[in-house]
Amino acid sequence: MADLSFHTPDPKDFLDLRSELSDEERLLADTVRSFVEDKILPDVAEWYEAGTFPRELAKEMGQMGLFGMHLEGYGCAGTSNVAYGLACLELEAGDSGTRSFVSVQGSLAMFPIWKFGSEEQKQDWLPRMASGEVIGCFGLTEADAGSDPSSMRTRARRDGSDWIIDGSKMWITNGSIADVAIVWAKTDEGVRGFIVPTDSPGFTANTIHHKASLRASITSELVLDGVRVPDEFVLPGVASMRGPLSCLNEARFGIAWGVVGAARSCYETALEYAIERHQFGRPIASFQLTQAKLVEMMVKVNRAGLVALHLGRMKDEGRLTPHQISFGKMDNVRNALEVARIARSVLGANGITLEYPVIRHMANLETVYTYEGTNEIHTLVMGNAITGIQAFSP
Amino acid sequence: MQVVVCAKQIPDPATPYELEPDTHLLVRPTEQILDDTDRYGVEMGLQLAQASEGTVTLVSMGPAGNMQGIRQALAMGADKAVIVDDPSLRGSDALTTARVLAEVIKREGFDLVIAGTESTDGYSGVVPQMVAELLGVPALTYATAVTAGDGSVTIHRQTAAGYDIVEADLPAVVSVTAGVVEPRYPTFKGIMEAKKKPVETLSVSDLGLEPDIRQKVVSVEPAPERQAGEIVEDDGEAYLRIVELLEKVKVI
Ligand SMILES: Cc1cc2nc3c(=O)[nH]c(=O)nc-3n(C[C@H](O)[C@H](O)[C@H](O)COP(=O)(O)OP(=O)(O)OC[C@H]3O[C@@H](n4cnc5c(N)ncnc54)[C@H](O)[C@@H]3O)c2cc1C
Repeated sequence: MADLSFHTPDPKDFLDLRSELSDEERLLADTVRSFVEDKILPDVAEWYEAGTFPRELAKEMGQMGLFGMHLEGYGCAGTSNVAYGLACLELEAGDSGTRSFVSVQGSLAMFPIWKFGSEEQKQDWLPRMASGEVIGCFGLTEADAGSDPSSMRTRARRDGSDWIIDGSKMWITNGSIADVAIVWAKTDEGVRGFIVPTDSPGFTANTIHHKASLRASITSELVLDGVRVPDEFVLPGVASMRGPLSCLNEARFGIAWGVVGAARSCYETALEYAIERHQFGRPIASFQLTQAKLVEMMVKVNRAGLVALHLGRMKDEGRLTPHQISFGKMDNVRNALEVARIARSVLGANGITLEYPVIRHMANLETVYTYEGTNEIHTLVMGNAITGIQAFSP
Repeated sequence: MQVVVCAKQIPDPATPYELEPDTHLLVRPTEQILDDTDRYGVEMGLQLAQASEGTVTLVSMGPAGNMQGIRQALAMGADKAVIVDDPSLRGSDALTTARVLAEVIKREGFDLVIAGTESTDGYSGVVPQMVAELLGVPALTYATAVTAGDGSVTIHRQTAAGYDIVEADLPAVVSVTAGVVEPRYPTFKGIMEAKKKPVETLSVSDLGLEPDIRQKVVSVEPAPERQAGEIVEDDGEAYLRIVELLEKVKVI
């Protein structure tokens, strides 16, 4: 055994988590990382300020294989779940909006077609979505149905061999730039998923303005006013809330990983800043209070990374439950948010400008804290699991 | 067209480089990356091979380690790799390296050999020319653009003033500059397939060579501290001094 007493761990990978990855996983993570360094980081502050996301990036992302990467067949790359997680991590180290773009396309729009769609639907949509030619969105939430999506009011009724959909959806990522929407609606047969081309008559998407979080991502309201789709556009495989919820499980898994990237970016920025920035004639990293902050962030980033990796390996072994995904979503997001806030304080005034990534991550993580099941809802999912008592409603 | 791309694995420049105290040789970690310079060579090779339904073979010399750098090039789309990894090649000089590469290239067969102009960790900048000489084919160097077909290759050779157009019959060796083409990102499918692509590891005796390394690093000194610059106070005539300085470093 080598004498390790004088060996200092890598400040950027304290627990050497990289060594837990296969060669292939490391190469994949490095590839996404250089994509983010080349294509996202140079411009993301501008997109954030302008409130846009460059849709053109979709082609290049598709070419790499980012969309639906952990799905098999139909032009998808078919990677492991850990690989999918690593990609989310590296993307979100760029911006939560970029990761959201990929999550929505892969886990929320492609996954339901892949899982519940007919063979024709899969062949028709998945290859075009995998390549980034077609962009999808996922319409579940409504203005009055957020944490309790089963209270949705959007309805679809049969009309001959067609369906007519009426209602509206709120807070829909990619809504106004999507070519196709997966819309969940109540029917006489239960909650069903519809593949709705966004150029269907009666369909409109209105971009939501004045967001102060996740600005480098498009969020929209969808209005469906008597939208008519043929029966072939209904997902045949599910007619209950299990449909949308299983999509959310996929995306939440990616979030548990993604936020580790956002937290890593904040921690690394703060570490570098604290070493360079001098006050009272010394680097601010030399103050005990600052060191405590840096260590707190480092520990949180590594711990969240461990949780994500563990969940990933379990998912690859086919034994990860939704409750365990809630563990990752709830705990990793709140930790990432705390890391961002601590990093923000370390940067002082510079912490509030978009010159540094920290305030952007911090504001983004407020969205991540809420979407895909709020922190509270995941707490109650786990509360239910350990007590056997559900506390969502009386 | 059968394209051979010379590709080197180097320690990640983002990490601090370490030298062995007695030999002054670079410590090479198990995990190395594909030299950034070679990403351009690989991309150029892939584009030319794809246009002619040809193949791309990677030829590399150096400690194989976990082959992460080679796998990166295979994931970009290269078909196979041959790597010469032999302890007797430690500290190899440019000529020995060129001999080894040329020997492998001869064995593999080629229409076109592509290399970066110089490696990021060694910077000798002469290996491609030496390889061409040893193979007895023309060397077209410092290419900023390459086209090939119909038995010949044409490049734009970077010069101080612009570029020369240089043409030669195939087979030939071309060295490419960074930026000759934009390297693609490995695709995820490519990354997964890279594991299954053939990688042959050879020793010098497999090639029937006896390394004869003539070069030794005698000592290594830290780079001299940068001298303080000259501050030109503008008394209305400062431009004269500035023009003079710019002329001295030959930028105007
Ligand atoms: C930027 C952004 C993008 C989004 N993208 C999408 C998308 O693409 N598709 C989509 O369908 N949705 C999307 N959403 C919607 C998101 O999933 C919802 O906002 C989320 O589910 C919460 O719903 P709500 O906002 O209505 O909050 P509410 O459900 O009204 O919750 C408000 C507060 O009450 C708490 N609360 C609610 N019920 C309980 C309870 N039983 N016990 C304890 N506390 C409770 C919540 O935890 C929260 O703190 C997005 C949201 C944002 C902000």
